[in-house]
Amino acid sequence: MSNSTRKASRRRVLAGMAAAGAAAATGFVPTRFAIGQQAKIRLGLMLPYTGTYAALGKNIDDALRLAIHERGGKLGGRDIEYITLDDESDPAKGSDNANKLVARDKVDFMIGTVHSGVVMAMVKVARDSNTMLVIPNGGVGAATGALCAPNIFRTSFSNWQPAYAMGKVAADAGRKRAVVISWDYAAGKESTDAFTEAFTKSGGKTEKGLFLPFPGVEFQPLLTEIAALKPDVVYAFFAGGGAVKFVKDYAAAGLKTAIPLVGPGFLTDGTLEAQGEAAQGLETTLHYADDLKFAKDKAFRAAFKKATGRAADVYAVQGYDTGTLLISGLGAVKGDVKARDALVSAMEKTVFDSPRGRFTLSKAHNPVQDFYLRKVQGTENRYVRVAIKALADPATGCKMSA
Amino acid sequence: MSDSLAFFLIQVLNGVQEGLLLFLVASGLTLIFGIMGVINLAHGSFYMLGAYLVYAFTRLTGDLWTAILVSVPLAIGLGVALEALLFRPLYRRDHLYQVLLTYGLILVLEEIRSLLFGDDVHGVAVPAFLDFSIPLKDALTYPAYRLFLSAFCLVIAGAMWWLIRYTRLGMAIRAGSTNREMVQSLGIDIAWVYRAVFALGLALAALAGMIAAPVASVFPGMGNDVLIVSFVVVVIGGIGSIKGAFFGSLLIGLADTFGQIYLPQLSGMTIYVLMAAVLLLRPAGLFGRAGAA
Repeated sequence: MSNSTRKASRRRVLAGMAAAGAAAATGFVPTRFAIGQQAKIRLGLMLPYTGTYAALGKNIDDALRLAIHERGGKLGGRDIEYITLDDESDPAKGSDNANKLVARDKVDFMIGTVHSGVVMAMVKVARDSNTMLVIPNGGVGAATGALCAPNIFRTSFSNWQPAYAMGKVAADAGRKRAVVISWDYAAGKESTDAFTEAFTKSGGKTEKGLFLPFPGVEFQPLLTEIAALKPDVVYAFFAGGGAVKFVKDYAAAGLKTAIPLVGPGFLTDGTLEAQGEAAQGLETTLHYADDLKFAKDKAFRAAFKKATGRAADVYAVQGYDTGTLLISGLGAVKGDVKARDALVSAMEKTVFDSPRGRFTLSKAHNPVQDFYLRKVQGTENRYVRVAIKALADPATGCKMSA
Repeated sequence: MSDSLAFFLIQVLNGVQEGLLLFLVASGLTLIFGIMGVINLAHGSFYMLGAYLVYAFTRLTGDLWTAILVSVPLAIGLGVALEALLFRPLYRRDHLYQVLLTYGLILVLEEIRSLLFGDDVHGVAVPAFLDFSIPLKDALTYPAYRLFLSAFCLVIAGAMWWLIRYTRLGMAIRAGSTNREMVQSLGIDIAWVYRAVFALGLALAALAGMIAAPVASVFPGMGNDVLIVSFVVVVIGGIGSIKGAFFGSLLIGLADTFGQIYLPQLSGMTIYVLMAAVLLLRPAGLFGRAGAA
C-alpha cells in the first residue's frame, strides 16, 4: 500500500464516520437499506406448466400472484421478481431444476410443486442449500415428517390428513370391512395406510389392499376382486386421469350401487366434468369444498374468477395461501430475507383466515386444518359437515424442536 | 356354482381379455422383429397413434366404427411410408441404428401428439349398442364392450392364423423368418414382404389402440407400458413366432391379473418373474427355435 492512499484513506474514514452518524440519526440500518431498496425479492416458482397437472400449476401460480397483488404487489416493501420453471411433473428432472433455481437464479424462495416425487427432490435441494421452500400442494409425508426443516413449509396438506379423516368418517358411518385401492407408489401407500389407521382405531378392519403399477388404469381384475370380497366400503386414492377412469369403471362394473366408494378429495376434484353421472353422490374428505360459507372464500372465489376467468379450486386456494404466508413472513422482517431466524419464526406464527377456514401451521410446518366431508352434486363438491376439526399431521420422524 | 369358483372364472375372463388385446400389439412386434430383424421401439407409439386417431375421428363423426374404418387405412398407409422412407436404408446396418431411429420416432410422435391434442387425458365413448352391462353376480356386472373386445381380438387372431397358414404372403413370411437369403434366391420379392409385414405390424398395434380406447382412455405416454409388456411377450413366446405371441400374451394377461389379486404387493413384478422362469427353462422362448436370431 502506498503512502498517498494511506493518507487518503484516513480522510475517508473520517468522512465515513460522519456519514454513519448521519445514517444513525435518520434511523436506518445500512444492511437493510442495501437490500430493501435495491434488490428485488426473487421468487422461484417451480410448477407443472405443461402435462397432466398443468391446470393445477396454473391455478397455484395465478392465485399466488393474486394474493400478493391484492396487498400492493410487494413483499416486505420490496419489489418482486418472479422466476418460473416448468417441472414437467418429472421426478427425474426435479433435482436439476431445483438446483437451477438455487445456483443459477439465486432465488430467495422456492415455491413448488404438485407432484410428490418432485417435491421430494426440492426438499433435498432446499435442505442441502438451506434455501427457503414453500410447498403449495405435494402431500408427501416426509416433507414435514422425517425430512422436516426450519426452511421448509407446506401450505396444502399431507397425504395422511384427508385419508385419516375419511377413515374416521367411514367407521363412524358403521362400516366394518374395508378394501383400499391405489397405485403402487409412495403417495398411494401413505394415503391408504392413514385411512386404515383411523378406520381400525374406530373399530373397522381393512381386509385387503389392492395396488396396481403407477399410472396403470386397467382396473377390471381389481374391481372383480372387490365384488368377490363384498366389503362395506372401498377407499380409493387416485388423481387426475386415473381418478376419472376408476370412478367410471367402478360404476360400469355395477359396484357403485352395491358398495360405497369413498376417497380423499382428489378422487373428485377437477375431474367431475369428465366423470359425469358416475361420480354423483360420492363422498370425499378434503380441506376445501366448493360451497364453503366463509366471507373470505366468497371474496376469494370472486376475485380469482375476475382475475383469471376460471373457477377457483383447492389448488388455487393453496397458491393463494402461499402468497399470504409470504406476505406475513416477509412483512415481519421488512423484506430482509437474511434475517432467517426472524423470518422462519414469523412464518411459523402466521395465523390468518384462508378461503378454506382458519390457517395455522404445526411445529413441523404443515397446516393444522379442518377436514370437510363433501358430497358430489352436479359438478360441485358440496360441503356436508366438518369431518375432523383442526387435524394435525403426526409428523412422524420430525426432529425439529421449533 | 360356488361363489369363489364363479369369481375365479370371471378373473380368468379378465386375464384372457387382457391377453388377447396384448396379442394384437405383440404379434406385430414379433413379426417385425423376427422377419425384418428390426427392433421397433416405436411400436408402443403406434398403439398410441391408433387410440388418438379414433379419438379424433370419433369426435368428428360421432361414431367409433366409422372412426376405426377411417383410421385403419391411414395406419397402413403410414406403415408403408415409414418403411420406404426411414427403415429401408437401415436394414443392412447394425441393430443400434434401428434402435436409435425408432427411439427418435417415439419422441417425434409424442411431440406431434402433444402439439395436436395437448397433454390431457381424453375418453372415447363406448358405442351406444354396446353401452350396457351384463349382470354376473349380485354385486358385479360385466361391461358388454369388454366381451366384444375379446371376441374381436379372437377374430383378428383367427384371420392372422389363416393369413400365415394359407396365403402366399403367409408362406413368404414363414419362409422369410426361417431363412431370408434362401427366400430371396428363390425369386420371392423380399422387399415387398418386408413392406407388407411392417405395414401389417403397425396396423395391428394401431388397431389395438383403437378398440382399447373406450376402456383404456387416451393419454400421453399410453404406449410405453404396452411396449415393454409386448417385448416381454415376444421374449416369452419366442421371437418371430405368432403362435408364441398368442400363448405368451394369454400367459402374461393371466399372470398379471392373478398377480394383482393374490400378490398385490408384488403386482408390478409378476410378469417379469414369469419371463425369467420361462427363459430359464426355454432360453429361446416357448415357441422359439434355439439358435434363431
